[in-house]
Amino acid sequence: MTTQRTHIMVCGGTGCVSADSLEIVEKFKGALSDAGYSDEVGVIKTGCFGFCGQGPIVKIHPDNVFYVKVSPDDVAEIVGEHIIKGRTVQRLLYQEPETQKKLPKHDEMSFYKKQYRIALRNCGLINPEDINEYIAFNGYEALGKALTEYTPDKVIEIMKASGLRGRGGGGFSTGLKWELTRKTVSDQKYVICNADEGDPGAFMDRSILEGDPHSVLEAMALAGYAIGAQEGIIYIRAEYPLAIKRLEVAIAQAREYGLLGKQIFETNFSFDIKIKLGAGAFVCGEETALIHSVEGNRGEPTKKPPYPAVEGYNRKPTVVNNVETLANVAPIILKGAEWFSSIGTEKSKGTKVFALAGKVNNVGLVEVPMGTTLREIIYDIGGGIIGGKKFKAVQTGGPSGGVITTLDLDTPIDYESLRAIGSMMGSGGMIVMDEDDCMVNIAKFYLEFTQDESCGKCTPCRLGTKRMFEILDKITKGEGTMDDITKLRTLGKTVKESALCGLGQTAPNPILSTLEYFYDEYLAHIQDKRCPAGACKALAKYKIIEEKCIGCTACARVCPVSCISGAPKQKHVIDEEKCIACGACYTACKFQAVLRP
Amino acid sequence: MSDIFSLEHADEKLKVLDAFIKEQNAEEEALISILHKAQELFGYLPSELQLYVSRKLNIPAAKVYGVVSFYSYFSQEKRGKYTINVCMGTACFVKGVEKVMHEFSDQLGVKPGGSTSDGLFTLKDVRCIGACGLAPVVMINDKVFGHVTTHDVARLISDYRAQEGSDS
Amino acid sequence: MAVKTLEELKRIREEQIRKVKLRESGESDDQTIEILVGMATCGIAAGSREVLNEFVALITQNGIEHIKVVQVGCMGYCHSEPTVQVNMPGHEPTIYGNVDKAFVSDILEKHIKDGQILDDHVLIKTYHSAL
Repeated sequence: MTTQRTHIMVCGGTGCVSADSLEIVEKFKGALSDAGYSDEVGVIKTGCFGFCGQGPIVKIHPDNVFYVKVSPDDVAEIVGEHIIKGRTVQRLLYQEPETQKKLPKHDEMSFYKKQYRIALRNCGLINPEDINEYIAFNGYEALGKALTEYTPDKVIEIMKASGLRGRGGGGFSTGLKWELTRKTVSDQKYVICNADEGDPGAFMDRSILEGDPHSVLEAMALAGYAIGAQEGIIYIRAEYPLAIKRLEVAIAQAREYGLLGKQIFETNFSFDIKIKLGAGAFVCGEETALIHSVEGNRGEPTKKPPYPAVEGYNRKPTVVNNVETLANVAPIILKGAEWFSSIGTEKSKGTKVFALAGKVNNVGLVEVPMGTTLREIIYDIGGGIIGGKKFKAVQTGGPSGGVITTLDLDTPIDYESLRAIGSMMGSGGMIVMDEDDCMVNIAKFYLEFTQDESCGKCTPCRLGTKRMFEILDKITKGEGTMDDITKLRTLGKTVKESALCGLGQTAPNPILSTLEYFYDEYLAHIQDKRCPAGACKALAKYKIIEEKCIGCTACARVCPVSCISGAPKQKHVIDEEKCIACGACYTACKFQAVLRP
Repeated sequence: MSDIFSLEHADEKLKVLDAFIKEQNAEEEALISILHKAQELFGYLPSELQLYVSRKLNIPAAKVYGVVSFYSYFSQEKRGKYTINVCMGTACFVKGVEKVMHEFSDQLGVKPGGSTSDGLFTLKDVRCIGACGLAPVVMINDKVFGHVTTHDVARLISDYRAQEGSDS
Repeated sequence: MAVKTLEELKRIREEQIRKVKLRESGESDDQTIEILVGMATCGIAAGSREVLNEFVALITQNGIEHIKVVQVGCMGYCHSEPTVQVNMPGHEPTIYGNVDKAFVSDILEKHIKDGQILDDHVLIKTYHSAL
């Protein structure tokens, strides 16, 4: 093996490459070879550090020194000072905006503090099908500690003090939920894990179940101990076969180790867990609907109160917690409430996992402390928008949420702040949209979803979502009137106030929020019969800009309906009547002569 | 009545189903699990199979039908050997999965929800399968295909057709 | 085997931690190299099962010792699946993205045998699992 004492890591992410990082790599190689250090010092092009705003980034290993905004001209100085003389180049260190302090070590920087893994702590680190590896990383220690050292009341007290709130969307205090269930007197109680991840665009629960199933089992046992339950049920989507398999393996192993079953840790506490499969119904994410589904019925919600804490599964007190919420429990018991509540904002403690998807470079799962801004998530961690296009909006909260625009990119994210700007935390799906996405069409997409998933039990939701969808459909076809906007507003408000469960009450949010922030797009569809983003097929009309057309016939040759006329070397024309707006001509034209609608 | 019970191996399948039903303790509560099992064995849940389950559990057929029709995972129509599930989650939508769906629909000559006449393919739209990082996503039976474009559609279909050809 | 007391649990942990501390600190008692393959739904769809099988096949075929292949869950780098983490004693872990069957032999030949980091596929190289 060759041994190199130092590695110079140069960021090769898209952002940094566009800022000359490749030239920097070459310069380093040249400078090192000139100085005779080629054998001792390696130059490595790495993947994106995710800190694109400060690029190009250069990191020196093992000194762990981090240089930002490095230009090719700085290379000689870094080699001369740092590599040869061992002195840090102060000038190139990252200066924290708030404190004006220069920070040499990257783990001291706020950016690297941005991602903080609690719920995802073991994902990608341990073999999910080996309980020993979970134990090696402190697994089941929280359960052992609680059973032997804490009373159930003490466990609840810790949970309450930690400030953990439900990660499924509602944001209700987990400790309080447990306390209410504990206080209800009953011979039998239940713990249900809600793994019916229905938000299209969120996948953190699946990742946790697939990557660290024991963390959920341990937390369910802790919840059982706290509220006085002996039985736990995991309600999981049938669409997640791998997660189901890993859970089955984990449950079997935990039973074998006596960590589930009778008299756990030789105490009087017994607890076991079974799996129940869902069958594809978004509304089952609502806790009363979920309980009906577990009981083998249609998953229709019922009025609250009575809350499940009083009357739930089998009419017994039941606590329903979501997967990500549960994944936070064991670390809280082990490290204490104070540790957890030191992370996050005043009212929202700890971290949140977001499923970053859509038009963003680094699609992935990110876990950040509450209070991180959207800009940090999308640009610093997500690496910005694909293809350098313009950011338009990010959608959070799935079908129950709304859009967030550039105006609010710097809002620290927590339950309250998101609600204040017309969206919600939801389960943590975060879909990034660029200039090519039509906001009316997005609202229509969500309403198509909710009207299809509406269980039909209450009229406001069953009819309201259907009518709102129809109006949006009309608008995207260019048949809308100004009166339709008024109708959408009134209808949205009515459904919000009168629907039975969370699904209906939040269903109008995508419309209300896009109306608020993208009113002009609605106007363009209705008054100008035009879709500014060019996404609505019925409104799309392509045109050829005469001055730019050189008559190469490329567009006419690809047109599937032959609606482009014009002789070679003559200006071409699109017959708008025949045009099906497929966009083939736009792609084919090498001279940007085709104007997109 | 269609003839699901006269199919090959129908008796064996029913025996497996009976044994499964027997294992469940609280039978009414196990309805959804039992229907999952029945669909796994027979491929779909036609009315006579629903009736069979209702008699076994001694619950009204209306209730069984109510549950089957409520959940999108249960199918009352016979499905093709390969179910092509096109993900209609938000991430896939934003990445243009609609075009992929159209392409499948055009090439197979069926609408979403329909099956090809040779009994090979069923085209379906599904709610998010949670692989948003790979959007747009298509799942054929249990296999997930990521970053699917309209250009991949013909190849996917012909791959499965070829597989079929070599099987028989 | 039933775990009856917290002490017993801690004992298991002590035993197990030796096997996994490589991932956190780069230390290893028996100098075993570890290869972690991300095997969540996304990873498998992108081909991580083939990658894992290829590792096992090549390791057996070439009789490489002191190495083990571990399947793990999602590492979060969905944009670069399949992902593989190489942990060598005394070195910081390296995570490779967009790994395919052909690249597996490169990892074994160049990285593990010659200690050469394969720049083009490196996602990140750090103990901080968060990044």
